[in-house]
Amino acid sequence: MTKDRLTVLVSGLNNIDSPGPGIPVIRGLRDSQLIEPRIIGLAYDNLEPGAYMHQLVDKTYKMPYPSDGSDAVMQRIRYIQNIEHADVLIPNFDAELFAFMKSEPVLRSLGIKTFLPTLRQFEERHKANLPDFGEKYDVRVPFSKAYTNFNQLKNLKDDFQFPIVVKGKFYDAFIAKDQIQAEIYFQKIAAKWGLPVVIQEFVYGTEVNVVALGDGKGTTVGAVPMRKQYITDKGKAWGGITLDDSKMLELTYKIIRQTQWRGGMELELIKDAKDDLYLIEINPRLPAWVYLAVGAGQNLPEALVLMAMGKDVSPFKNYEVGKMFIRYSWDMICDLTEFEKIATKGEL
Amino acid sequence: MKSHIMVVKIKKNIAISESGFVFNPSTGDSFTLNTIGAEILRMLASGKDMDAVSEFIVGTYDVEKSVFERYFLDFISMLRQFQILEEDDER
Repeated sequence: MTKDRLTVLVSGLNNIDSPGPGIPVIRGLRDSQLIEPRIIGLAYDNLEPGAYMHQLVDKTYKMPYPSDGSDAVMQRIRYIQNIEHADVLIPNFDAELFAFMKSEPVLRSLGIKTFLPTLRQFEERHKANLPDFGEKYDVRVPFSKAYTNFNQLKNLKDDFQFPIVVKGKFYDAFIAKDQIQAEIYFQKIAAKWGLPVVIQEFVYGTEVNVVALGDGKGTTVGAVPMRKQYITDKGKAWGGITLDDSKMLELTYKIIRQTQWRGGMELELIKDAKDDLYLIEINPRLPAWVYLAVGAGQNLPEALVLMAMGKDVSPFKNYEVGKMFIRYSWDMICDLTEFEKIATKGEL
Repeated sequence: MKSHIMVVKIKKNIAISESGFVFNPSTGDSFTLNTIGAEILRMLASGKDMDAVSEFIVGTYDVEKSVFERYFLDFISMLRQFQILEEDDER
């Protein structure tokens, strides 16, 4: 079978201790039997490991930070597109998604296709909006509230019982056992990710996750549930295993059906002692552990690219249960000239 | 006197390997059993009730019935705790 030659722009090349999804997404595309990808990496930092992984990434361009605004980001994309003639863009950072979703018509006019959630889908699943999301779609969620001001924390006891979870709007979550810890974590997260900071009721149970892909019409193209077997000090999975859990899958189908979700997503769930599932977060992209789904039989990055290209993709029917991933670190030896190239020219 | 037969149902999807490695695909938990533990779990999974298991073990190995049953009940409660048993497992 002839493979489709496609040029794909991929961000999230920070394959570090708290990894971005870029490299696992690229590995899925490299494994594809249907696509022969040329991978163009988009990096925000000179030391993102993916930029130096030439067996996976053909060329890398430095990008302006999303906080510089959509105009700066799109100007850089135009420059890259003039050289690379990319077909598809897969943004893998929560922080850049908004800029790319907003610029979808411009991207399309440049010939770059995406398969992203709509702005409405993106907004309503925000951590700060989770209680409303739960009510609207009849999904069990822990009580949470967004705080935009440090002084508001004085009234924490009116709404919560300790422990509580203090969460950044994009990343990071800490469990605070008392008022003092809550205030410290609030400041820490606000300094790193800005406001609001979300305070969430702590639900006792086991954390489980689902990686899924929606076709934008209510159908779940693929979904694989997983439990983290070991968690690093940054709360990331060191190892994980696929589960046979119909309740988790039913909840995923329900959420994708009701929201008409388009694109990749990760559901973060807590399973309590009664086996009830609480939705604690929806990440609007494929997660860093997506290669487990590929290994278990669902190449979700491949399906996402095909759908972005307007092709019909049949939903995956099954996956291998008990498939594991174990994350490891690997020291690459690189020449200073490579670092010099990306640091001075912004390209590698 | 009417005898009390206790049936313990092992969840259908529990995988028990030759080596005594047990995997619960619903929770992702795995356990390692010794030879006797694996033998007992296999008997329970095949539908044998507790009396039948007890009779077999006491008849095959050098162990007092009362001693075995004490450990056996501990073992069952451990299986329950690790969600290896069906919810309504006792009849």
